[in-house]
Amino acid sequence: MSVTVYVPRDASAVSVGADEVASAIAREAARRGESIRLRRNGSRGLAWLEPLVEVETPQGRLAYGPVATADVPALFDAGFLSGAAHTLALGPVDAIPALRRQQRVTAARLGQDEGDNLAAYVATGGYAGLRRALAMSPVDVVAEVTGSGLRGRGGAAFPTGIKWKTCAEAAGTQKYIVANADEGDSGTFADRLLMEGDPYSLIEGMTIAAYAVGASRGYIYLRIEYPHAQQMLLSALAHARAAGWLGPSIGGTDFGFELEVRMAAGAYVCGEETALLESLEGKRGQVRFKPPLPAHVGLFGKPTVVNNVVTLATVPWILANGATAYRELGTGNSRGTALLQLAGNIRHGGLYEVPFGMSLRELLYDIGGGTLSGRPIRAVQIGGPLGAYLAEKHFDTALDYESLAANGGLLGHGGIVVFDDSVDMAEQARFAMEFCAAESCGKCTPCRIGSVRGMEVIDRLRAGDVAQETLLRDLCDTLLNGSLCALGGMTPYPVLSALDHFPDDFRRTETSR
Amino acid sequence: MSPETLPLHAPLPPLGESQRATVDAAIAAHQSCEGPLLPILHAVQEALGYVPPACLPRIAHALNLSRAEVHGVVSFYHHFRSTPPGRQVLALCRAEACQSVGARALETHIRSRWGIDFGETSADGAVTLEAVYCLGNCACGPSAFIDGKLVGRLTPERIDALLASRERP
Repeated sequence: MSVTVYVPRDASAVSVGADEVASAIAREAARRGESIRLRRNGSRGLAWLEPLVEVETPQGRLAYGPVATADVPALFDAGFLSGAAHTLALGPVDAIPALRRQQRVTAARLGQDEGDNLAAYVATGGYAGLRRALAMSPVDVVAEVTGSGLRGRGGAAFPTGIKWKTCAEAAGTQKYIVANADEGDSGTFADRLLMEGDPYSLIEGMTIAAYAVGASRGYIYLRIEYPHAQQMLLSALAHARAAGWLGPSIGGTDFGFELEVRMAAGAYVCGEETALLESLEGKRGQVRFKPPLPAHVGLFGKPTVVNNVVTLATVPWILANGATAYRELGTGNSRGTALLQLAGNIRHGGLYEVPFGMSLRELLYDIGGGTLSGRPIRAVQIGGPLGAYLAEKHFDTALDYESLAANGGLLGHGGIVVFDDSVDMAEQARFAMEFCAAESCGKCTPCRIGSVRGMEVIDRLRAGDVAQETLLRDLCDTLLNGSLCALGGMTPYPVLSALDHFPDDFRRTETSR
Repeated sequence: MSPETLPLHAPLPPLGESQRATVDAAIAAHQSCEGPLLPILHAVQEALGYVPPACLPRIAHALNLSRAEVHGVVSFYHHFRSTPPGRQVLALCRAEACQSVGARALETHIRSRWGIDFGETSADGAVTLEAVYCLGNCACGPSAFIDGKLVGRLTPERIDALLASRERP
């Protein structure tokens, strides 16, 4: 009987050699006359253990990692096909502490099967949410999502149900659902993991949204930096279409929905929903004035719901398990779970799905294991390149929308980037301005000009002209209050937080550096 | 060379026969979809390695746009190139997560080893260096695309080895 061996096909695992490891396992098995069945699952999100190889045994799926090509002969020698001990052995995969202490809702299927395995998706409860939705009225589906307390996971945290209701009530026969898969924030990869490891949850979520608001077409606007996710989505869409989960009459009803993947072209600002719509229309990705809201006047001028990937991928679970079950997770106005992504200089980087409210310190040390370099943690940036830098004194902050806001931070898309004590925070503040200058769409003056001036002011400040600090704060105030969208409006967050919490880095002269 | 540095008065280098066929095929494949411009540009760059400025009037005509509008789109997006790249393209992640694990040292290494900065191609035409901001591989950084293949946990030595192993004779 052949043994099933899992080697992830996720982009991260592949980037550190998973394809080579899979080939080496296949070669070694053939050489030894062992019969194996190699399956390429998604990633569990435990990035530091990639490539994480699993073997199906009578005791369940046992994990080994991180496996290098050179380890493969020794794994066979040790008898890993029957789950034998080895220095890389991690025991039953479900018992790995970093997985056991999570509460996986949206990410529950990650790593279990091939992402585009439709039969596995349905066997693990997939499409139960859509089935239930189709038996309800669209109005009731919207009410269910509203009742769950789900807020947009892209960063703005706007209540999803209210957005859907606005679009559902808008006049017009042609409406659109757009998945914002332009996950451009540094330190975030939850969207990518979901699209590569469980693409049907996004497809099903978009289909439910389409039914709820009366949309007949949808687009997944995917960043060009995610070619693995593109392949997986295209494969999943083809399977879903062939099985009747997309197309003219879904689930035997007269509800029809068509869905397409569209590739972005490397502009960070297109993660802003109106710039995204311009880009989908084939224009420069420049931000639109609001109002009108996209829910009223969106893609090609038609009512459109734009939701983040995690938001949409959570919807099937809510419909299948009920609004109350989701609402019961979380704290305050942050309901459900947070998909936190721990990245940068951290030992145990990866995806952690936990109910809102865990403290930053617990995440960084208990779960993350401190820095990769072994040096002390000095600064943590939460919420992407436009998120604030937090210092040691903030580490007891709870990870939910309100607590972070009270500390001048924001959760954004849940990306958490760790820096050790070798970081120069003035350099990071300058980089934030540089990034804004490179990525500004150019439509509004504070962002387009202010970011360039910001770099110059920081350069003068670092050269020893202390009076420039007042000017920098003034400039940040203009960006904060005068920009058209969050790119210019939030660039001051990393700049000001670096200045407030790490003032010494700005006052060293070039010679003392 | 970025599109902005092309002298405006200079005549465009004409499209070759096969380039024209490629562009026409891209137009034909995507013209009827909603918002066809980006899909067409992607198809052209995928086939040719860049978007030749001489193809812009052709695309503009097919979509009933002005040449300026198409140029405005091509030049807006970082992904589109207006000149052919080197034999290998190294797109290095410059975002914060990669910075925190040594991306800045990699930038310095590439500048000195290959004599190129972002947006430049080495004098022998071997390597083009491009900047990208986040490849979603933030917990396995520093990261880059080398000829479209995602690589993580990079070191200067690993970059050199990967570039050397892919260099054609």
